[in-house]
Amino acid sequence: MTQETMIEMSSVHKWFGELHVLNDINLKVTKGEKIVICGPSGSGKSTLIRCINRLEEHQRGEIVVEGTELTNDNRSVEKIRGEVGMVFQQFNLFPHLSILDNCSLAPIWVRKLPKVEAREKAMKYLKRVQIDDQAHKYPAQLSGGQQQRAAIARALCMEPRIMLFDEPTSALDPEMIKEVLDVMVGLAEGGMTMLVVTHEMGFAKEVADKIIFMDEGQIVESKNPTDFFANPESERTKTFLSQIL
Amino acid sequence: MNKNITPPVIEIGIIGWLKKNLFSTWYNTILTLIGLYFIYLIIPPLLSWIFFDATFSGTTREDCTSSGACWVFIKQNMKLIIYGLYPSDELWRINIAYFLLTVSIIYLLIPNLKYKGFVGIFLLGIFPIICVFLFSGGLGLENVETRLWGGLFLTLVIAGVGIVLSLPIGIMLALGRRSKLPVVSLLSTIFIEIWRGVPLITVLFMASNMFPLFMPEGVNFDKLMRALIGVMFFSAAYLAEVVRGGLQAMPKGQYEASQAAGLTYWKMMGLIILPQSLKIVIPAIIGSFIALFKDTTLVLIIGLFDFLGIIQFVGTNPDWLGFSHEGYVFAAAIFWVFCFGMSRYSQRLEKKLDTGN
Repeated sequence: MTQETMIEMSSVHKWFGELHVLNDINLKVTKGEKIVICGPSGSGKSTLIRCINRLEEHQRGEIVVEGTELTNDNRSVEKIRGEVGMVFQQFNLFPHLSILDNCSLAPIWVRKLPKVEAREKAMKYLKRVQIDDQAHKYPAQLSGGQQQRAAIARALCMEPRIMLFDEPTSALDPEMIKEVLDVMVGLAEGGMTMLVVTHEMGFAKEVADKIIFMDEGQIVESKNPTDFFANPESERTKTFLSQIL
Repeated sequence: MNKNITPPVIEIGIIGWLKKNLFSTWYNTILTLIGLYFIYLIIPPLLSWIFFDATFSGTTREDCTSSGACWVFIKQNMKLIIYGLYPSDELWRINIAYFLLTVSIIYLLIPNLKYKGFVGIFLLGIFPIICVFLFSGGLGLENVETRLWGGLFLTLVIAGVGIVLSLPIGIMLALGRRSKLPVVSLLSTIFIEIWRGVPLITVLFMASNMFPLFMPEGVNFDKLMRALIGVMFFSAAYLAEVVRGGLQAMPKGQYEASQAAGLTYWKMMGLIILPQSLKIVIPAIIGSFIALFKDTTLVLIIGLFDFLGIIQFVGTNPDWLGFSHEGYVFAAAIFWVFCFGMSRYSQRLEKKLDTGN
């Protein structure tokens, strides 16, 4: 059975000044696939997913998201950003807006939904991440875990076809990590296409279709979870796994 | 565990506060006593000059017989001080504007009223247009030349135009200076630095005396208009830097989250970045406005008689020679009321917009 291709990266390179942060990245993501990206800090894993919605610009190679190639043309960037939701390590909620307004802002201003409809949608997704009772509070009044769940709801309100997670639990206190991971597992079970940069190997084992290990800007290893943990090929993967497990 | 333990008596109440803040050590006690002595020296004579020994009723300087201030001077010249030389038959036009302005501001200051947005739009968008016709004429109203404008009226016109127009221009300049487009950024920077590098007095002089020299023969526009433009750009350049400070305080994550949500540049700025960064710099923006309000007094040097200028002017009237103290105290009091009002409003705004972050 052929799967619909959602993202295709071919020979993607990126430099920060002299530093080669992405070195010949080739990656194909099909619909509904869940990919976990791990690797030591500075390995380029965040940069990789940030290239997919053009928060970073790649300098060579080609990135195609849902049939649209990412170019300098603003229209292609806007189109892709509409399809791709993103969750950040630092949540990045808008602190001057209530949780409800955080969630309904983009649907109103980007999707041009009527206000009432956008708010209904926001409440629906806030319910899904179980913080609908906090909808009228401001971000600063919520715990870290609640803020991150609100950030996930905000991304979902755009009804994206792909979700990017950039270390979504790294800034959280340990007792709050689980509530966020539970939401992400639920999302995965619902069939969302997901790329997740994380060090949560338990989560990776449970939901990932493929685990990618990156080091020094390259994809070193790309395997299903069972193989990844049982038979890592490269030395670097073995060292990394021995350090975090 | 002791549940109902009360705080030690010595640290609470007025006595506790006095002890802690004014008499905590022997040298603080001495400083407190010296301070009290100076207050005793200054305040009672001042109060008796202003109120207790002052003359409030009468019509001419012959009525000024008491040892204190003679407020008859202000009372008799009130019309000049408030309206300048504006024709007596047309004063109702200014009064309407004063009335609309006062009512709108009071409406905006009362908490929890509906339609504040509309009142705000009226005040910033429609009211100025009404004022243009009311003040200078047109639409069947008699023309009143701007050389007749003066007093508090002129001060409020200059400050009002400066405040209302310089903020949007300042915001655009700040965004321009931070733009990725090199030409926009360079032009904004040059504009800001030129205006900030020149004293306001020079700007006014240029506007009033030099500018006509550069214009072709016969082309001329109003002196007040030239001064207004000068004040506006001068203030905009300062505000641009204030706003830029606020923009720089924004974490990168706010830009990224807006972009990831698909917002375009202007929507990102208008909905996410500017509301937050302007909130941060409210105290500095209001500070600029207060400075602008007081700087309007400089228009005197190009021959416009603002509030302070006209008070000085009536003080030179032979009938009222020797009453300049009253004039200056009155001017200071009125300026203080306006500036203190803006300052309080700034604090209110900060509290109101605080979302705990």
